[in-house]
Amino acid sequence: MNVLGIFLTISIYFIFDRLYQVKKKFYLNPVMLSITSIIILLYISDIGYGIYMESARILSFLLGPAVVSLAIPLYKKREVVIEYSTHISSGVVLGGLIAISSAFLIAQLFGGSESLLLSISPKSVTTPIAIGVSERIGGIPSLTAILVIITGIMGNAIGVPILNLCGIKDRVARGLAMGVTSHGLGTARIIQEDKLSGAVSGLGMALNGVFTSLILYYLIQLLISI
Amino acid sequence: MYKGLAIIFGFYFLGEVTVELGNLPIPGNVLGMIFLVSALGGGLIDLKDVEREAEFFVDNMSIMFIPPGVGVMLYFGLLRDELIPIIGALALSFVITIVFTGKIVEALR
Repeated sequence: MNVLGIFLTISIYFIFDRLYQVKKKFYLNPVMLSITSIIILLYISDIGYGIYMESARILSFLLGPAVVSLAIPLYKKREVVIEYSTHISSGVVLGGLIAISSAFLIAQLFGGSESLLLSISPKSVTTPIAIGVSERIGGIPSLTAILVIITGIMGNAIGVPILNLCGIKDRVARGLAMGVTSHGLGTARIIQEDKLSGAVSGLGMALNGVFTSLILYYLIQLLISI
Repeated sequence: MYKGLAIIFGFYFLGEVTVELGNLPIPGNVLGMIFLVSALGGGLIDLKDVEREAEFFVDNMSIMFIPPGVGVMLYFGLLRDELIPIIGALALSFVITIVFTGKIVEALR
């Protein structure tokens, strides 16, 4: 019975998560550091990708129930959704459309392949949903996962300075911009600034995940045809 | 505990079945989430019955991204060949999205 992959994943994540708890710096993102370390380990040893995945895939299977479970934080914040419904809905719909179209069109402009265009389109959506959407529209889910995490790290690192630079002061606007653009990692950063911004950011993230899932396939068909 | 898990996996199953039967281009787990929110809102499911189990999944989600992320090692060739479109699209789209979303919502306030 091969349990090496799952053991490696859990123990390496445990170490980097501890490190992150001590020193909360964006460049110490535990998921990114774990992925990098495991890839290096698989290269220098003769463990191999297949042997690693044999048991590690159990963890990715759990993304299914985890996404369904996102219903609970969403439902618990329903009063905030109702109170700011106009702002949240316009922020999610317009922000979501901008995120997808700009990623797709810019990658196309720079000569990206079709696989890349499909994989990069959901890069602003929360990682578990982005992986599923990418798979569904014919992208490369693991490439999407990396692009999403990089987008999240960017939001965590430079999101707040950009909002300040552009003079965006409204708490709801700041929260939505962060959540819609850089999902959970953006939310984790803006919640340190302001509680309302954090709550709205979390909602923006969840609802943008739902919105993008529902429209991405059709929007891509439209973008390909123009 | 088993009641909560049965609800979560029940809605997951319902979402997957709907996607399969309707041949829909959306992930089954997202549809399962939409169904579960609706059931909570409609009073069909009691929050207490599923809260603890759902929060366990949500709070421990990060580790689940690691195996799919490691899978990118099979695509190093693509990453190398398309480094310019990747960096260009990620950086520019990030700035465009955060600025426009913030400005649009602020204009509505």
